[in-house]
Amino acid sequence: MNVLVTPFSSNSFMLHALIAGVLVSIACAIVGTFVILRGLAFIGDALAHGVLPGIAVAILVGFPGIIGAAIGAAFMIGGITTITQRSRLSSDTAIGLLFVGMLSLGVVIISRSNSFSGDLTRILFGEILGIGIPAILIQLIATIIIAVIAVICARPFLLLSFDREQAEVAGFSVRLYHNIMLLMIAATVVVSFQTVGTLLVFGLLIAPAGAGALLARRIEAMMAWAMLFGVLSMYSGLLISYHFGLATGAAIVLVAVAIFFVVFIVQNIRHRHLVQTQELRHG
Amino acid sequence: MDSPKRVVASSPDRTGASTLSTDGTPYVQANHLSIGYSREVVVGDISFELRQGQAVALIGTNGSGKSTLLKTIVGLLPLLGGQLSVFGRRPGNNPRKISYLNQFHASGFILPLRAVDVVRMGRFPLHGLWGRMDRQDDEIVLSAMRSMGIEKLADYPLRSLSGGQQQRTYLAQVLAHQADLLVLDEPAAGLDAGGRELYLQAIDNELRRGASVVVATHDIQEEAALCHQVLLLARRVVAIGTPQQVLRPDALLETFGIVVSDDKRLHVIEAKHGHNDGHWLSDQKKQGL
Repeated sequence: MNVLVTPFSSNSFMLHALIAGVLVSIACAIVGTFVILRGLAFIGDALAHGVLPGIAVAILVGFPGIIGAAIGAAFMIGGITTITQRSRLSSDTAIGLLFVGMLSLGVVIISRSNSFSGDLTRILFGEILGIGIPAILIQLIATIIIAVIAVICARPFLLLSFDREQAEVAGFSVRLYHNIMLLMIAATVVVSFQTVGTLLVFGLLIAPAGAGALLARRIEAMMAWAMLFGVLSMYSGLLISYHFGLATGAAIVLVAVAIFFVVFIVQNIRHRHLVQTQELRHG
Repeated sequence: MDSPKRVVASSPDRTGASTLSTDGTPYVQANHLSIGYSREVVVGDISFELRQGQAVALIGTNGSGKSTLLKTIVGLLPLLGGQLSVFGRRPGNNPRKISYLNQFHASGFILPLRAVDVVRMGRFPLHGLWGRMDRQDDEIVLSAMRSMGIEKLADYPLRSLSGGQQQRTYLAQVLAHQADLLVLDEPAAGLDAGGRELYLQAIDNELRRGASVVVATHDIQEEAALCHQVLLLARRVVAIGTPQQVLRPDALLETFGIVVSDDKRLHVIEAKHGHNDGHWLSDQKKQGL
């Protein structure tokens, strides 16, 4: 039992990491649910990585990374919105280019810094074991805001996920609520990058919610599953990395992805079994 | 917007709520309307009027402009010319009065929703962001599901339902709105015989309630025959009038023949239409449509 609890009770950095991790999981569960339902995974990925140059510049000039991330995210949202509206190509192509362009720009900027690899690793994979109280407070506020928006916009978000045109006819502006969703993804990425890094926050955004989508019959249940899986990944990832001396952020996301595939396989087996039984029953 | 107890079909008009007004203003009025996508006109010079309790059927092949006209009426596409008023206003300004059934539902497979959740969405336009859904809404939702014969499927996940059952669910969603104007894009697609019967009955009930219906359909036997007007479309208005006037074998043959991309044949049919159009349109004027 001690193996499971002591790391958190006797090390304040582990406890802080766990608290921050739980908050990130909640935010990612809410936002990730809509990312999956609306098929925004690619945009989410692009946003998560596109903030890199912002963070890089912030680090170079000695600003808090979170401000740089916010500026980077604002730029990405502007770019993605323009592309989606104007592009005659499939918007994937243009968003993909924007995404690698920003990523490269970020790496180029960071390569100017003195501790190139150290900074880059920190940004890409996060620094969950170095989380302080201020970062936790910011994360708490962001998570509360995201939850409140999700409650207020529950109906338009649901309609939007169901059918864009139906949402528009029902009197909910597709553009407005789509942009609110993008802002929620951006906010999650911006406040979570310190915890799990820009490379891995995307994993927490879609792996728990993806597993939830496989299990749930209702959107609320999908979010609840996603929170459960997210918190479970945080806890076990931290524990695994503590006991075996592994990279923390990566361990957390690895657990989240593993949970997804376990659920996926179990569901497939169950489904096959169900179909067979039905076929037997109906002849 | 909070929503005190109300009878939806006859609630006071606060933000364009259903009133089923009987002051004689046409629900939909099109004058020399041009419709299409991104400035490319698909059909031009459409004129018709739809009054309370009436139904109009749009008939034509794929690509004839049926869906384009429906999307223009509900405000999803801008007008490319002429005038179109819906409840005396520009299209897209009456979310509480209009219910729209889309032809495709892309996310049906991934969305973790029960059938009843989908039908409940039909009540959202009436309650907006905040309005509380009360027991009366639940009753309306249930009765809409009952009228499509899917009340027993209420708790089933949408994705576990067959295509026909999903279509019934979407129709129940439209019915649950209790809208003044129902705009339906091929609503009977994928329905079995039982489903079709329930659907036709439901439309009949909606018309009796005083709602109006615009429906794109291939079914000239039952669905179109139920309508007061029929509009034959083939990237232009081929004919408009009552089912008896318009649904004649020669007219239909021509409507559905016209899209055959054989230049010679197209030419012949066009010429014939030129002659017949005048006849049909004058018929229609006599009827005062």
